[in-house]
Amino acid sequence: MSPLRPRVVALYKQLLYIGREYPLGYEYFRDRLKKAFIKKRDLTDSAEIEKAIKHGEFVYKELEMLWFLRKYRAMRRNYVDEEQDAKIRALLQEYEKL
Amino acid sequence: MYARRGFVLAVSSEMSLRVLVPVKRVVDYAVKIRVVGGKVDTANVKHSMNPFDEIAVEEAVRLKEKKTAAEVIALTVGPAKSQETLRTALAMGADNAVHIEVPEGQEIQPLQVAKLLRAYVEKEKPGLVILGKQAIDDDAGQTGQLLAGLLNWPQATFASKIEFADAAKKILVTREIDGGLETVEAPLPAIVTADLRLNEPRYATLPNIMKAKKKPLTKITPADLGVDITPSIDVLSVSEPPKRVGGKKVESVDELVDKLKNEAGVI
Repeated sequence: MSPLRPRVVALYKQLLYIGREYPLGYEYFRDRLKKAFIKKRDLTDSAEIEKAIKHGEFVYKELEMLWFLRKYRAMRRNYVDEEQDAKIRALLQEYEKL
Repeated sequence: MYARRGFVLAVSSEMSLRVLVPVKRVVDYAVKIRVVGGKVDTANVKHSMNPFDEIAVEEAVRLKEKKTAAEVIALTVGPAKSQETLRTALAMGADNAVHIEVPEGQEIQPLQVAKLLRAYVEKEKPGLVILGKQAIDDDAGQTGQLLAGLLNWPQATFASKIEFADAAKKILVTREIDGGLETVEAPLPAIVTADLRLNEPRYATLPNIMKAKKKPLTKITPADLGVDITPSIDVLSVSEPPKRVGGKKVESVDELVDKLKNEAGVI
């Protein structure tokens, strides 16, 4: 058994966890995720596996960013007054010039 | 010698700051709110931590990472399920959690929450309390201000930046006000409420959620703190916002003028 196996399993679990809120539904996400992992089940070269793990971690980071943006946009839509926001942004820019 | 010096640094005054972060479990921001029988439907609806409180937790955790704060305590008032919210706060980096448990379905209003917080603060004496500026369920935006009033502590609300001065004995807070920014200075202990621009909260990852299960969580009741939680405000009615009415096409200018006059009543 490859010593990288625990890392792969941990990555799979983390991706499953972050996929709970996938816009197209958890089922959709889980199926895709499973297929993506099965596709690489025959990798034996540790460098190749490492590369695949890195890719998985990249996808994870992207999803994290996606959730953040989704929440941030919803919050802005509900709680930020555009006119007021524009004024503050302009002020902050002036600050930075000083 | 070196080890000893390190020790002295660790107990210097700026490391003794304890930060209390009260958090609230609310209906998730992405859920479409429905009113059933004169009440917001909360059964079988996804809940999560109030996003403004996430910002407050993040700020407290960053203070700890910068070694300005020694300890971050997350606290919530709510039914048994509110523990999930505390776990999220712990997963984000809070050190320990306090759950003030109230029966499921019991309504708790800002004044009662503020009284509970006052009782806790007087017992545990944190040096700084950071709260979200409002909760996205009732949008009351009162708890921080009420708590400051009850404790007679300085308050800096709607913070978009928090800085420390005077060996962490004073805070400088940039606030968002109408048409601009204002910087206020306050001695500690103080109350700060977080606005959207303060920071970008981190995601509570699965490994951290698992680790959070081992962190200490204390359960107490309002009675332990000697606070009566009977609501002081009567809610008269709860209703959904009016449904959007579809547009109509008009055939001629005359018809438009007629509709504006007689239907819309604008001219």
